[in-house]
Amino acid sequence: MRRILVAASAAGLLIAASSGAQAEKLKVCWIYPGPHNDGGFSQQHDIGRLDMEKALGAKVETSYVESVQEGPDSERVIERLARGGCNLVFTTSFGFMDPTLKVAGKFPKVDFEHMSGYKTAPNMATYNLRWYQGRYVEGQIAAKVSKSGTAGYIVSFPIPEVVMGIDAFMLGAQSVNPNFNVKIVWVNTWLDPGKEADAAKALIDQGADVLVQHTDSPAAMQIAEERHVHAFGQSGDMLKFGPHAQLASLVDNWGPYYIKEVNAVLDGTWKTHQTWAGMAENDVLVEPLKNMPDDVKKMAEDTIADIKSGKLVVFSGPVYKQDGTEVVKKGEVMSDKDIDSLNYYVKGITEKLPGK
Amino acid sequence: MEMAEGILLTIVTAATPLLFAALGELIAERSGVLNLGVEGMMAVGAVTGFAAGHVTGLPIVGALAGVIAGAAMGGLFGIVTLVFAANQNASGLALTLFGLGLSGLIGNSYAGMPGLGMAHVHIPFLSGLPVVGSVIFAEDPLVYVAIALTIAVWLFMFRSYSGLILRAVGDNDVSANALGYPVLRVRMLAVMFGGACAGIGGAYLSLVYTPQWTQAMTAGRGWIAIALVVFGTWLPGRIAIGALLFGAVSILQLHAQAIGLGIPSQFLSSLPYLITVIALVIISRNKALLKVHTPACLGRTFVPDS
Repeated sequence: MRRILVAASAAGLLIAASSGAQAEKLKVCWIYPGPHNDGGFSQQHDIGRLDMEKALGAKVETSYVESVQEGPDSERVIERLARGGCNLVFTTSFGFMDPTLKVAGKFPKVDFEHMSGYKTAPNMATYNLRWYQGRYVEGQIAAKVSKSGTAGYIVSFPIPEVVMGIDAFMLGAQSVNPNFNVKIVWVNTWLDPGKEADAAKALIDQGADVLVQHTDSPAAMQIAEERHVHAFGQSGDMLKFGPHAQLASLVDNWGPYYIKEVNAVLDGTWKTHQTWAGMAENDVLVEPLKNMPDDVKKMAEDTIADIKSGKLVVFSGPVYKQDGTEVVKKGEVMSDKDIDSLNYYVKGITEKLPGK
Repeated sequence: MEMAEGILLTIVTAATPLLFAALGELIAERSGVLNLGVEGMMAVGAVTGFAAGHVTGLPIVGALAGVIAGAAMGGLFGIVTLVFAANQNASGLALTLFGLGLSGLIGNSYAGMPGLGMAHVHIPFLSGLPVVGSVIFAEDPLVYVAIALTIAVWLFMFRSYSGLILRAVGDNDVSANALGYPVLRVRMLAVMFGGACAGIGGAYLSLVYTPQWTQAMTAGRGWIAIALVVFGTWLPGRIAIGALLFGAVSILQLHAQAIGLGIPSQFLSSLPYLITVIALVIISRNKALLKVHTPACLGRTFVPDS
């Protein structure tokens, strides 16, 4: 009996020692709002994760949970990750904000990063991309390429992140054609191919010949291809869904950001932050520029270079609200805080924002 | 294409998957079995249809694969509820969850791929007619199959002897059994047919409507199909009207937004479901109307005394 006890405790110590040795690897975990291979938003995060894994190799161990519902149920998933030994957790959608904050409070030794939110804690940072910079470029391209002067914009929910995209798109379009029109349809979901396709058909039937989306599936791109109009892809390159339709795609390039953050944790220099990266850091790309005349392509490339260098600031004055009030004077620039809480349309958009 | 034509075209294609699934569920319910697993069967049909179409390059093979997969799911439900006499509601709900999960698993390697699509069939002279021409006579093949199926289901149920047996089994299983009709066999075939229709309805989504595979792309259409059967008071013609109505409201609310009517989009999004519920309430108020066609044994488990 005593021999068995000694053997068992020796085995136990051995296992503890070996798992202690394994704890050298940093465990980095993600939760995605959709499937890891949705061809769009969640997939780009997953590609970023794989890029980071490739760059940092043996120092890290990664895992992800996909298709997590935004809202209270995600708290259970985040908590399971924290409890299961994750050192750094990325929660990649707006709706994970409050659950992440709650779990961060319970696990002070684990670092959390929430994408696209605005609440932080000593161990919880937020990060986001200046997609609106890409939208400005898309607006310029759309205004040049569109024959009907009307674009169709398919969007999910009226949160500031989405509204700033519409406003930036409009500002970009107006810089080329001051009378450009945009028709907006809210589908109240981030991913529903059937509904997105229906919205695309409705917009095209109403006269739009360039489609933009802030939803996750390539359904609208397919409809654009079928109906011989143009469209911009979202999150990932959707060229194979619309070889003649896609002008460019607003690509999320998460690799550089994730590598930076994980390195910070490995160095011990990580601390809470509210990062808003964009074209300058190469995290937002508008590519590949296809299916457009060469002069439009050159204009787009020039704009991208100007935004990257800081020469062109998207929300620089004058900017007017829908009712005509001037919110940013000429020569001034909208503050990040104001952009982040944008809840109005700019002048030139004739529709009403839902909930206003 | 004129805007009116475009809208009608979109409505017809939006109604087609609902019509397929609802007709299948109609046959199952007419035999007395309430199958709540339509959403799961549609999802499995969608993923198998996409996979088979992708592997062979032929959308028709995809459609057939959807039919077979749906029928298999229906058969599974049949075994659980008819052979093992499990509770129909619980089994149906379990089938939905199972189907959604299974489809996600199979579909894992097919996400992010463009699908095939089906070429529209233009009927020579008739498709040239104004308005109705392109809407009714220049659709993709599965729309014609759906129309034919509606007529076939009506003929089967009300003009054929087998249909009479089906309705008898659904109205009074004990008497039908006493008269010597094979109640369980009839129900099993009905449920498999229901699954087959749900399967092709799902395959329509992933092959024609939005040719791709995405997890949970059925987006609740299976549940609408079940509601449509009640909405149509178990009559195929009325179910077709219900499917068109639901499709119409879904599409028109998007147009209302695009025009810029100013009605909150959240309300407009809920409108199709709201209208279906209101219609169901109105229909249910007339109890006599409901009683006439409701299968009397709907949802009741039948165990033949051995």
